[in-house]
Amino acid sequence: MIGRKFLDFTVTTVSASSALFIILIVLVLIGDILLNGWSTLSWEFITESPMQGMTEGGIFPAIFGTFLLVVIMSFVGVPIGTVTAIYLSEYAGQKSIFARAIRFAVNTLAGVPAIVFGLFGLGFFVQFVGGGVDQVVSGGAELRWGQPNILWSSLTMALLTLPVVIISVEESIKTVPRELREASLALGATKWTTIRKIVLPNSITGILTGAILAVSRGAGEVAPILFTGAAYFLPKLPDSLSDQFMELGYHIFIMSTQSTDVEATIGIQYATTLVLLALTFSLNFSAIFLRYKVRTRSAH
Amino acid sequence: MDNANYKIRTRDLRFSVREKEALKGITIDVKPNQVTALIGPSGCGKSTFLRSLNRMNDLVEGAVVRGTVLVDHIDIYGPEVDVVALRKKVGMIFQKSNPFPKSVYDNVAYGPRVNGIRERKVLDEIVETSLKQAALWDEVRDDLSRSGLALSGGQQQRLCIARALAVGPEVLLMDEPASALDPSATAKIEELMYVLKENYTIVIVTHNMQQAARVSDVTAFFYIGELIEMDETRKMFTNPSVKQTEDYITGRFG
Repeated sequence: MIGRKFLDFTVTTVSASSALFIILIVLVLIGDILLNGWSTLSWEFITESPMQGMTEGGIFPAIFGTFLLVVIMSFVGVPIGTVTAIYLSEYAGQKSIFARAIRFAVNTLAGVPAIVFGLFGLGFFVQFVGGGVDQVVSGGAELRWGQPNILWSSLTMALLTLPVVIISVEESIKTVPRELREASLALGATKWTTIRKIVLPNSITGILTGAILAVSRGAGEVAPILFTGAAYFLPKLPDSLSDQFMELGYHIFIMSTQSTDVEATIGIQYATTLVLLALTFSLNFSAIFLRYKVRTRSAH
Repeated sequence: MDNANYKIRTRDLRFSVREKEALKGITIDVKPNQVTALIGPSGCGKSTFLRSLNRMNDLVEGAVVRGTVLVDHIDIYGPEVDVVALRKKVGMIFQKSNPFPKSVYDNVAYGPRVNGIRERKVLDEIVETSLKQAALWDEVRDDLSRSGLALSGGQQQRLCIARALAVGPEVLLMDEPASALDPSATAKIEELMYVLKENYTIVIVTHNMQQAARVSDVTAFFYIGELIEMDETRKMFTNPSVKQTEDYITGRFG
């Protein structure tokens, strides 16, 4: 009897301390970054370009690049993901081989390491598609699209985040009551009209959630843009899809590993991390909030 | 009565999902401008039968339909039939009132709109007429922009009726339209059916014997996928010719 009680006590203690440990890690992580990054963070830091070989100045080009990256990525990934989710939940038979193949592909895609996406982007978008475009446009004389740029980075990132969008939108479409679809169909609406006027308007929060989660994921990944478009330093902002760009995650990576004077950039590294964390956290929280709204709707 | 005068005729209608037969050869004639009630215990196929009349059963995966259903002498399962046009002609009211999360106006205007009517004046007129026909106009006329979901249960069901009427159907299929409503809301729906049958042909599925007796002209009794008996309601409820029907109506089973 004592043995059993002791076991109970041990399990409780171990599991509670593991949970506590996780909270502690998050607190230490955030605390460390806040403490060290706060002093460097300023309005100028957010609005100015790097200076003095990137040991001073701000990170505006990296913020701008990140922003541009996720916007282009969303413009491509969210529509494709939404349409795929519509197909999966509305058109494909739940047990059809094709639907199963898509689901399998989506799940596999979600498990592929980010660096593999980066290499795929380099091989497919940069060399194959970009190189092909250059061949057609100038016979290969001018290297314009066949090199890393923000478009190829965004497309690579769109692939990476596609599963997030598909799963989130499909989940939301499923919460639209069958009764509403039937009502619409019974009034002589076609299936497509029903999807357009009833299903999609009622899943808009799910689509938004998917977009936000994708953006937050995309903003935090470095590997996919490593070979496909991110630049170490650029004197000007990108103004064409064939330009390279600076990005927050990549900025942290190069400053901590490739800088000529790593010691001098520590403050900047912390502050950049702080900005990146604030960005992804706030995006995640809004996604959680939207998801909560979807859930409470499907509950009644 | 002349054969040409039936609105809906089914001949040996069979419906099955993955080898399981839910309708085992139903042959029924429905006269226009009458209320035909379908009664029977749960799982007897009456709802399935109702939903084959406007092909809502098409949505069931793996469903197989055999036999014929004629609406105005046209086989609605024929190859060149336009399902969208059929559903405009044969409207449906569901068991659970299901207004769209839109305003009262937009709920009623939904059908006309998806069928291409854009002109505001025409829509206004359709909305008003339909709401009046559904005996809801006086209760909502002050504020057509309020959400359909803000109405009471009985009002919601009448909104659904108005919404169905707005596309100009000739037949109304009602699947236990009052089963979720309180007695006074039920009474309103029943009164409404009495008025509506002057212009429409109504087929109603109901679990409520008294309701079938009150509202219908003809009653059909279903049992395990088969039509046991169909006759004038007056006769069915006073002097049924099959023992099973009598047992069910008098509450001995079901």
